[in-house]
Amino acid sequence: MRLSSSVFNKETSSFIRTNLAQRTVLTLGSGLVSIFDPHRDDMISAFGELTSFQVLPKLHKQMSSDPEGSLILKERPIITSSILNLSKLATYPENTFGRKYVEFLKRNNITPDTRKPVRFIEDQDLAYVMQRYREIHDFTHCILDLKTNMLGEVTVKVFEAIQLDLPMCWLAGMFGMLRLGPKHTQAYLDKYLPWIIQNAKQSKPLINVYFEKHFEKPIDELRQELNLTLLNESESKAEQIRQKEFTENVN
Amino acid sequence: MLKISKAFFRQQSNVINLSIRALSTGTNSQEADFGFKKVKYEEKQAKVNEVFNNVAEKYDLMNDAMSFGLHRLWKNQFIQDIEPTPGMRLIDVAGGTGDITFRYLNYLKNLNPGHFDNSRDIVATVCDINENMLNVGKDRSINLGFQDKINWKVGNAENLILEKENTYDVYTIAFGIRNCTNLENVLKEAYRVLKPGGRFMCLEFSRTENPVFKRVYDFYSFQMIPVMGYLIAGDWNSYQYLVESIRMFPSQDEFASLISDCGFRLVSYKNLTNGAVAIHSGFKF
Repeated sequence: MRLSSSVFNKETSSFIRTNLAQRTVLTLGSGLVSIFDPHRDDMISAFGELTSFQVLPKLHKQMSSDPEGSLILKERPIITSSILNLSKLATYPENTFGRKYVEFLKRNNITPDTRKPVRFIEDQDLAYVMQRYREIHDFTHCILDLKTNMLGEVTVKVFEAIQLDLPMCWLAGMFGMLRLGPKHTQAYLDKYLPWIIQNAKQSKPLINVYFEKHFEKPIDELRQELNLTLLNESESKAEQIRQKEFTENVN
Repeated sequence: MLKISKAFFRQQSNVINLSIRALSTGTNSQEADFGFKKVKYEEKQAKVNEVFNNVAEKYDLMNDAMSFGLHRLWKNQFIQDIEPTPGMRLIDVAGGTGDITFRYLNYLKNLNPGHFDNSRDIVATVCDINENMLNVGKDRSINLGFQDKINWKVGNAENLILEKENTYDVYTIAFGIRNCTNLENVLKEAYRVLKPGGRFMCLEFSRTENPVFKRVYDFYSFQMIPVMGYLIAGDWNSYQYLVESIRMFPSQDEFASLISDCGFRLVSYKNLTNGAVAIHSGFKF
């Protein structure tokens, strides 16, 4: 899974050196453009990078003190469809994480190849942390079983915000919620939000998970290891508790 | 600050290189300037094409944003200086999205509306090496109702193979010549296609001498323009190229000498906006 770190070599064309004046204008500008033209994912990426400077060192430290996290930092795996070998994953047994992941990509019509490269972070280690966060986004969707519609995206963003504390995630989570339709807003506030907050706090930080090594594992086993529950599960658990209370009250 | 100083020193050494190159005649150097980078002579054209492929769509919006709308004043002044009269045929080279040509036609229309509307002749030929830019221009000409009066052609300013000699009364090239690899070839072609008595007009970024203005201008162009390019057009590198290519272009006097050397007479120039932009003019006698 190891790829040369030349991807984060400063000499490659995607890195742009910027000074304070430029970063200030870029932060304001990319923030505004992200709001008014949400299709500009280069702006969303830029905004995320430019606002992350305080949080990334903390994340890097957190990763370094976790065995799996520090392995990720050492090996710097990159996620592309060729590296993952999606066609091979599609042949894995039903219910394995690998198989579920490929199905998830197909169902939502997405590929892991469209992530924008990190452009404005000079420190290579921190740039990699940012890149890794971006690239595991799809794994996060898959493991939480959340669709890539607005509701799913907002929910994932809140999860990421709680786990990673990136300003970009907080902003996207809060503003994203405003764009949900009435039915989804209701579902979000009643079910999704409490469940995802609980999950984010209780689970292992996903930034420390070397997902690529867990493809052969059954997805439920992986979820258990990470201490994650699904929405339906927690719903049915809540339902069981309600039933129990009801019968107790009746008696 | 350090970045500006570095750019300044690079500019100074490149000015010397360029002066030598500008004064030599007819020699194709092995290398060409692509902004501050050096590329193989043959590669420059391809790289420039790539830049304009990327910027075509947002070109007009970026011009307004970068120059705070000033480019409109510069182009208006340019046409005023030409003072078109009915019957004068224009070739607008590197004319891309049509700004100069449309102003030229509007001038003639305001001068004599009846004559303008009734005439069926082609007034202007717009020539550009990049088809994307021409397409943007074509669409705009339809909105303006000028489509019958303009010929749109893909072509290379250094080698206008589709144009016969002694054809045009006015040759314009606005914000285009600095993208060409060999300025002399462009000027020689301009001379060739102009009629005797015809006029060469060039609008281009140039050198500012005013030290106060220069500091602000340098800061703005090197620091802010690529940022604006990224925010508006999603393209940092093309606008980085833009600001560097401006610095690599010869000074007002150097360029005037070159125009003279290529056969033009009564060569003169006029500075606009403290020399950030200059209009050069020459006649074929």
